[in-house]
Amino acid sequence: MSKHTLSVLVENKPGVLARIAGLFSRRGFNIDSLAVGPTEHPEISRMTIVVNVEDSPLEQVTKQLNKLVEVIKIVELDGTASITHELLLVKVKADTGTRGQVLDAVQLFKAKVVDVAPDAVTIEVVGNTDKLGDFLRVLEPFGIRELVQSGMVAIGRGSRSITERTLRPVAVPTPPPTAV
Amino acid sequence: MSEQGSAPGHGAHDGAQVTGAQSLVTSLEAAGTEVIFGIPGGAILPAYDPLFDSRIRHVLVRHEQGAGHAAQGYAVATGRVGVCMATSGPGATNLVTPIADAHMDSVPMVAVTGQVGAAMIGTDAFQEADIRGITMPITKHNFLVTDAADIPRIVAEAFHIASTGRPGPVLVDVAKSALQATTTYSWPASLNLPGYRPVVRPHSKQIREAARMILESKRPVLYVGGGVIRARASRELRALAEYTGIPVVTTLMARGAFPDSHVQHLGMPGMHGTVAAVAALQRSDLIISLGARFDDRVTGNLDSFAPGAQVIHADIDPAEIGKNRHADVPIVGDCREVINDLLALLTTERAAGHEGDYEAWVDWLVGVRKKYPLGYDAPADGSLSPQLVIERLGKISGPDTVFTSGVGQHQMWAAHYIGYEHPNTWINSGGLGTMGFSVPAAMGAKVGRPDATVWSIDGDGCFQMTNQELATCAIEGIPIKVAVINNESLGMVRQWQTLFYNERYSNTDLHSKRIPDFVKLADAYGCVGLACDSPDDVDATIAKAMEINDVPIVVDFRVHRDAMVWPMVAAGTSNDDIKYARDLAPDFDEDEL
Repeated sequence: MSKHTLSVLVENKPGVLARIAGLFSRRGFNIDSLAVGPTEHPEISRMTIVVNVEDSPLEQVTKQLNKLVEVIKIVELDGTASITHELLLVKVKADTGTRGQVLDAVQLFKAKVVDVAPDAVTIEVVGNTDKLGDFLRVLEPFGIRELVQSGMVAIGRGSRSITERTLRPVAVPTPPPTAV
Repeated sequence: MSEQGSAPGHGAHDGAQVTGAQSLVTSLEAAGTEVIFGIPGGAILPAYDPLFDSRIRHVLVRHEQGAGHAAQGYAVATGRVGVCMATSGPGATNLVTPIADAHMDSVPMVAVTGQVGAAMIGTDAFQEADIRGITMPITKHNFLVTDAADIPRIVAEAFHIASTGRPGPVLVDVAKSALQATTTYSWPASLNLPGYRPVVRPHSKQIREAARMILESKRPVLYVGGGVIRARASRELRALAEYTGIPVVTTLMARGAFPDSHVQHLGMPGMHGTVAAVAALQRSDLIISLGARFDDRVTGNLDSFAPGAQVIHADIDPAEIGKNRHADVPIVGDCREVINDLLALLTTERAAGHEGDYEAWVDWLVGVRKKYPLGYDAPADGSLSPQLVIERLGKISGPDTVFTSGVGQHQMWAAHYIGYEHPNTWINSGGLGTMGFSVPAAMGAKVGRPDATVWSIDGDGCFQMTNQELATCAIEGIPIKVAVINNESLGMVRQWQTLFYNERYSNTDLHSKRIPDFVKLADAYGCVGLACDSPDDVDATIAKAMEINDVPIVVDFRVHRDAMVWPMVAAGTSNDDIKYARDLAPDFDEDEL
C-alpha cells in the first residue's frame, strides 16, 4: 500500500461530498484524509483526498470518481512536485515549570501559541504530515490534553493551474428519433 | 434551442409565467417524452394536473416497480429514454429496484419523484424519504429540485445524462413546494455540465495497436456485450465479423446483437454458456471485448479465465476497462465508432497484403460446436419440457418478436433457445437479476413498439411478483403475451439445491400448479388465459395465443419440474470445469489445436 494525494475539482453543489464519501465506502476504499474548500472560481470546490491503496485500485477509484457528474477533474499530486500542508491545533499541559520548554518546541517548529491558560497552552502549527508527527512526539511528554487536525491540502509547484479550461457549456442535444 | 424545444406541444411557451408543475410537464415534452409510466400521490400531485392536458401519454400502473420496469422495457425496445413517475416516500422507494436494475444494465431512464415541500425536508414529514440519498449509488446521476426556476435545466440535463455516454438511470426529485411555486418557463439553450464529457471517439493509436494484434493473433474471438446494442452497432459488428472471419460470442445482455443463425456465432458464454462459446474464450489468444464488462457470470474464476489471451477492451466507460481483467489495449469510445475505425484500418491493411489467418482456430471451434451443441432431453414420462416450449415460441412467433424475461431457469432457456436475429428484441434483467422484471418490461416494450408482438417469458415465481400489471395492460390496451413456464418452484434455486445441497428442497416449492390458478387469474384481470401441459399441444396453444391481439394473454405452460439448465459452470470454479450435462464434462482439448 502507498499513499496517494488526489486533488479533485468538483462543482460547488449540495450533496457532492456525500457522493464522493459514498463512492469510497461502497467500492471498499479508505480515506486517510479529506479537506474541502472553495477555489478561485466560486462555482468550483476543491477536495484534497489522501488514500492508502495500491496503484491498480487507485486507477479504479480515480475512474469511478471521474464518472461522478459533478466531479470536474482529478489530478494526482506528486509528493516531490507539490506543497502539502495540514493544520494542527493542540492543547498541551504547561504550567510555570514546563511552559518554557513547550515554548522552545513551538519556536523550533515555527509553530504559534494561540491561547494560554494557567495550566495549558494551545498551539497552532502548519506543515506536512512528517513535521506534524515530529512536533507531536516532542510535545507528548508534557501531556496532550486535546488535539484537532485538518485534512491535508496540496497544490502543485510552478505556475500551472489545474483549474484552467474546466468550465465549458455544451449544447442541449436533440432526443433520438422514435425508430430504432 | 433544440428542435423539440421549439415545439413544446400543449405546454407553456418560452418565457411564460407558469407553475413549477406546468414547467415540469412542458420540460418533459420538450425533452421528447412520449409516455410516462407512473402512479400519482400527495407530493407529485401538482404535476398530475397539467399532465392531464399534456400530449404525453400517462400509463397508470398498479405498483411503482411496474412503472420502473415498464420504462426500462420501453427504453430498450425503442432506444429512447424511458420515463417513470412516482410520489415521495413509498412511491419513490418502490422505484429503487428498477432504478438499480437500469443502472446495472445501462438503460436510459429518467425517474421523476415528488418530494415533500422544501420547508419540510429533513423533518421526517409524512411520506418523506431521502430518495436522492437512497439512489446515489444506483443512479448515473440524481437531482433534488427545490427551486422551480431550475426545473427546465435539470430536466434537460437529466435526459442528456441518461441517454449519452454509457446510458443509465437519472432521478429527478422535485419538492412539492417547487411544483406549486410560480416560475418562468425557459428551456435552456446549453447545458452546464463541466464534469460530464463522455469520450465517444476512440484514440487512433489504440485502434492501430488493436488492429496489429488482431492481424498477429491466431485464436481471436469477438466478445460482444450489451454496449454494442446500446451503441446501435449491430450492423457494424456484423461487417467486422464477416470481414475478418473472427468467431463471435454474445453475452446475455448482447443476445440479438449478432444473428443467432450466423455461422460465425458460437452463442452465449458464461456460467450457462454454450461449450463452444466458453471454449472460444478459454482457448483464445486474443479477446476483442466490445461493450462487455468481464462480469463474474462470464469469467467464472478470474484467475483461470482465458489464461492465454491478450485483451483488447473497448468500452465507452473507462472505469470498466481493466476493472476485472487487465486490458493490453484499452480503447475508450463508442462501440460503433470503435468497430468502424477497426474495420477501416483492417481494410487498409488487407490492401497492403496483411491479413489474419484463423482457419485452424475456426475449424476447431466448429468441431467443438458440432460435438457439444445446445440440447436437452425430453422427459421420459412424456411431460412437457420447458426448453421445448421456449424453442417453439421462438420458431412460431419469429425473429421480429420482442421477448422479455424474468430471472432464473426460464431466462437462461430463453437466452439459448429462442434464436435472436435483431438487436433490442431480447429484454431481460442481466446485472441485477430482478425477478418480476418480465411482465412490466413487456408492457413498456409493447407501448414503445405497438406493432411488434411482445412475448413475456416468465417463471411462475417471477410472474407472481409483478403480475398485477396485467390489469394495467388490459385497461390501457397493451396486448402483451405472457408465457408462464410453470415448474411450480423457484427453479434455478431448486437446481442448485439438486446439485449442491443433496436435493434438500428448502423453501423452493411454490405449488403454482395448484395455487393460484393462472388461467382464472388471467380471466380475473381481463386477459385471456390458456393452459398447456402436453408437448403435443404446444404448437396449437402458441398459434392460438398468436391469434389473439386485442387483449393480453397468459399461457400457463405446466412443465416438468426437474429440467435443469445446461451447460453449467459452478459458481466460483474455472470455466475449464464446465459441465455439458450433469456429471458430463466436455473434453474440448482432446483434439489439439
